[in-house]
Amino acid sequence: MNAEMNAKALIICLLLAPAPGMAQGFAGLGADAEGFAVPMPNPDFAFPEDHGPHPAYRIEWWYLTATLSGADGQDYGAQWTLFRSALGPETGRGWSAPQIWMGHAAVTTPDMHYTAERLGRGGIGQAGAAPEPFTAWIDDWAMTSTAPNGADALSALTVTARGSDFSYDFDLQAHAPLIFHGDGGYSVKSAEGQASYYYSQPFYYLSGTLMLPEGPMPVTGTAWLDREWSSQPLSQTQEGWDWFSLQFTDGARLMGFGLRATDDTVYTSATWIAADGTTTAYPDGALSLTPLITEQVAGATLPVEWRVELPARDLDITTTPLNPQSWMPMSFPYWEGPIRFAGTHTGRGYLEMTGYD
Amino acid sequence: MVYTAFQGLFSHWWRHPGQLLTLLAGLALATALWSGVQAINAEARAAYDRAASTLGQDQLSRLVRADGQPVPLADYVALRRAGYLVSPVISGELRGDGARLRILGIDLLTIPPQAQAPVPITGGDIDIGQFLGDGMLLVNAATAAGALPADLPPLSITDTAPPAAAITDIGTAARLLAQTDPSYLLVDPDQPAGLGPLSDATDLVLAPPTQAGDITRLTDSFHLNLTAFGLLSFAVGLFIVHAAIGLAFEQRRSSFRTLRAVGVPLGQLIWLLAAEIIVFAVVAGAIGVALGYAIAATLLPGVAGTLRGLYGAQIDGTLGFNAVWAIGGLAIAVLGAAVAGAQALVRVAKMPLLAAAQPRAWAIAAARTTRVQGVAAFGLIITAVMIAMWGDGLLAGFACLAALLIGAALALPGLLALMLRGAERMARGPFVEWLLADTRQQLPGLSLALMALLLALSANIGVSTMVGSFRATFVGWLDQRLASELYVTARTEAEAAEIRVYLADQGLILLPILSTETRLGGAPADVFGIADDATYRDNWPLLVAAPDVWDRVADGTGALVNEQLYRRDGLRLGDTVTLDPGPNLPIVGVYSDYGNPTGQAIIGLSLFRETFPTVETLRFALRVAPDQVADLATALRDRFDLPTDSVLNQAQIKQFSLEIFEQTFRVTGALNILTLGVAAFALLTSLLTLAGMRLPQLAPVWALGQTRSTLARVELARSLLLATLTFGLALPTGLALAWVLLAVVNVAAFGWRLPMHIFPGDWLQLLIFALIAAALAAAWPALRLARTPPAALLKVFAHER
Repeated sequence: MNAEMNAKALIICLLLAPAPGMAQGFAGLGADAEGFAVPMPNPDFAFPEDHGPHPAYRIEWWYLTATLSGADGQDYGAQWTLFRSALGPETGRGWSAPQIWMGHAAVTTPDMHYTAERLGRGGIGQAGAAPEPFTAWIDDWAMTSTAPNGADALSALTVTARGSDFSYDFDLQAHAPLIFHGDGGYSVKSAEGQASYYYSQPFYYLSGTLMLPEGPMPVTGTAWLDREWSSQPLSQTQEGWDWFSLQFTDGARLMGFGLRATDDTVYTSATWIAADGTTTAYPDGALSLTPLITEQVAGATLPVEWRVELPARDLDITTTPLNPQSWMPMSFPYWEGPIRFAGTHTGRGYLEMTGYD
Repeated sequence: MVYTAFQGLFSHWWRHPGQLLTLLAGLALATALWSGVQAINAEARAAYDRAASTLGQDQLSRLVRADGQPVPLADYVALRRAGYLVSPVISGELRGDGARLRILGIDLLTIPPQAQAPVPITGGDIDIGQFLGDGMLLVNAATAAGALPADLPPLSITDTAPPAAAITDIGTAARLLAQTDPSYLLVDPDQPAGLGPLSDATDLVLAPPTQAGDITRLTDSFHLNLTAFGLLSFAVGLFIVHAAIGLAFEQRRSSFRTLRAVGVPLGQLIWLLAAEIIVFAVVAGAIGVALGYAIAATLLPGVAGTLRGLYGAQIDGTLGFNAVWAIGGLAIAVLGAAVAGAQALVRVAKMPLLAAAQPRAWAIAAARTTRVQGVAAFGLIITAVMIAMWGDGLLAGFACLAALLIGAALALPGLLALMLRGAERMARGPFVEWLLADTRQQLPGLSLALMALLLALSANIGVSTMVGSFRATFVGWLDQRLASELYVTARTEAEAAEIRVYLADQGLILLPILSTETRLGGAPADVFGIADDATYRDNWPLLVAAPDVWDRVADGTGALVNEQLYRRDGLRLGDTVTLDPGPNLPIVGVYSDYGNPTGQAIIGLSLFRETFPTVETLRFALRVAPDQVADLATALRDRFDLPTDSVLNQAQIKQFSLEIFEQTFRVTGALNILTLGVAAFALLTSLLTLAGMRLPQLAPVWALGQTRSTLARVELARSLLLATLTFGLALPTGLALAWVLLAVVNVAAFGWRLPMHIFPGDWLQLLIFALIAAALAAAWPALRLARTPPAALLKVFAHER
């Protein structure tokens, strides 16, 4: 969901934003949008162009999370994220081009959480993204379209990443169309009207291999890709968010997030996605997120079990993480990992929590 | 009782404040010179370590191109895209307005944590947005306060920035230096899982981490030099302390006897005296450490200039304070005082309770010592000769110096005695005979001070001969080597071409000079390509050369190497030198290359262009009538808008080179003068000591009819005689020292051997200086003698029995 995108974007933004901005919101995402374009309502997306980068906006991400099952019967999770953060609203070539890219990759097992981070410059070709043919990359990490001509570029992908102690290689096939959050992809993030462009491909089947210290592990599962860009997705009073992507056993999906403000109020938003890709957006207040159990993670106290309620859909579930220590110790640290849930509905999903450190 | 005894002993110093001052001053001076030199060395070593750890160079390997050229940007991106964690650095030097600044452009996004970049990507004080965006230069306070090129991005003061360098974003560096390709790539030691070896992925050469050792090895000789001077000064300072303690003990003999007689145990007396020495040592040591700090702070800018000029080692000209160093200084003061006072304490311990002084018997006993010393001296000098003949390396050079100096010093009393005895045979008249015999008897008491004088004089002769020889050779070499009148550097190949056309239109001869960093025989070195021109054939000084040397260089079948490479690798004419990349070439000539620590080779222009096709021709030497030089330089600067530094005439380069040279020996000169001053002071204190002991010898002569003023004049004359004789021995010692410095130490330390020139004028000057020092040292005791009340002389006879 965009919250997680926000986290990454925030990180990038941090890199770019002048120091005073860092005091505002997680990873500087609350900084103002001076000189950059601002998302406007009623977006008119054009593909494949909008799968590529939008340098006029400050932050942007390609955010993939995958819930996996290994050949050993074990649950796994995997993350592949590429953030773009602009120091200025230009592209340009060479060392001084103001586009900075950041990649995060992770593999979660019940007792380990492998992570890696890459930073790079857009002006020299070390990192970047292109719509046609679609590819997004940093160093040797890449998300590349394998879709046949005429199909949406994101409908089939290969995704690779490598860290000091792990690597993975996935093939993804989507079985339903792209979906758009909020009002046709215009996703409001605060009562003051901060917003981003936000769409997803939540319907991937995945197969591939995890290379772990113990050896290769064939995996299958599902994956969810978020695309989001903005110039100022958070209000200055918002300090972090909790973001859920849930896959129900009947094929439906739910994206929901809560943006926590310094006055302890929470701004929530949710998108119900039917198995055929039809979406229903829910405004602030429809979704309710309640922390149940907290745990010490990397020195911070985080809620690792949640009660998630969406009365409009008779949803009342409790989520539990595969590995409570799914901490991403990056330039801007956050929690991100696979979850299972039970209650009125059952299934698997992903949870991201930022702004707790 | 202890307090009373202490009071009795200490009252001596109240009555002789001058002596107390001498003792403290001597010890403080010795400590100051020693600890000052230590402070300089420590500061420099710390700077080398800092420099070596800049950007983690001491831990991180680098990828470089074999030919020393920058790494193509595409190669860097390709390695990243293949998954290897390498980080680019663009480094270079900015010049302008007579200032230079080393620029280190780093990529914060990829730099390995081991590089300890002074700007963390998050959580630091630096505005990362500005660092990556508009750009800023991180420099240390000393760099910011110095001369800097114009039009720099904003500076930010960071203590961890290396000396004389600025750390900045690679984008800013690329803009400032007009260079897009990384100079080298830092290799992260933790590469991702599952990748093949880096060497399979690239043609770039993996250079291992550089150790501080590299620059340390180069500068070792310099620091050893300083240390040797510091030790010499310390030893000379100890002579003063020895003399002052000896005098005080001599004068307190009666007090000791009285104290013992009234019941103070010997052990307690010794203990009290030892405590006294330690207290003085701590006080003097503290003063010495403070003085040493002042000396080091004064000399450090000069030392920094020397190290920069000679070795390219960057150290800041400011001195930090280190507690360990200060405690070390105090310890050496206490140790020195203990050594200097040991003899006196032993004498007190052995002193018969009721015996009177027996100077002649003491002198006879000393004669035995002199013989032993003579044998040791002979052994040491033979050792020095043997090391000089068969020894190798810097340590051997200094061992040779040490053996030579100590041997000469030990031989001094014996040789002086021999000379005096010889003079006695020729002497006529009882007074002169007495005078000579009496001088001989004084030798044991004066010998330490005279040895100090000998050491100081020899060091002075040796070092000034070495510096003088070097200067004479260097100036002559510069005259030959800088045969062209004007040197021009273009910024780009296109500009170079325009300049070439412009100058060719005026009918001027243009000699392109191409150079690149590469490797020779496996070590980093420079290779130059030069045109075949009479300028070189006629003027370029060669140490050894094949008969057809210039033809061989011109047709690419031979290379010239510099003396450093030649001597370091033990090469001979006709041996091959391997350019990497490039052909193997026979050595056809060797040239002097003073002031350059690295190896160098010169090859013909066409071979150079063939071997290093990417090196741009940017530098030219220009032959032009001397009276047109200034006009042409101005015209070139104006027409092509060249920076001042890009058009240099011969005179400017010469001046610059000589400045570096003078800088190099400024510290040596200062220490030289200090050492000589300390030696004169040692002579003064020794003479003062003796004056107090000598009344029994003088009284009979006075009684026989010599006036006190005659005796005083004779004392003065004797002192001058001894100084002259000492100088006579110092001269050959100093010349031997100079020879060792030139032929052994310089070759080992710098890689060049210099012809020895002698400067008799300097010797005369030094002799006069030594005589003045001896006269000054003798003046006070002589004056005191002239004013000794006759009653004091008469008392000698009353006390005799």
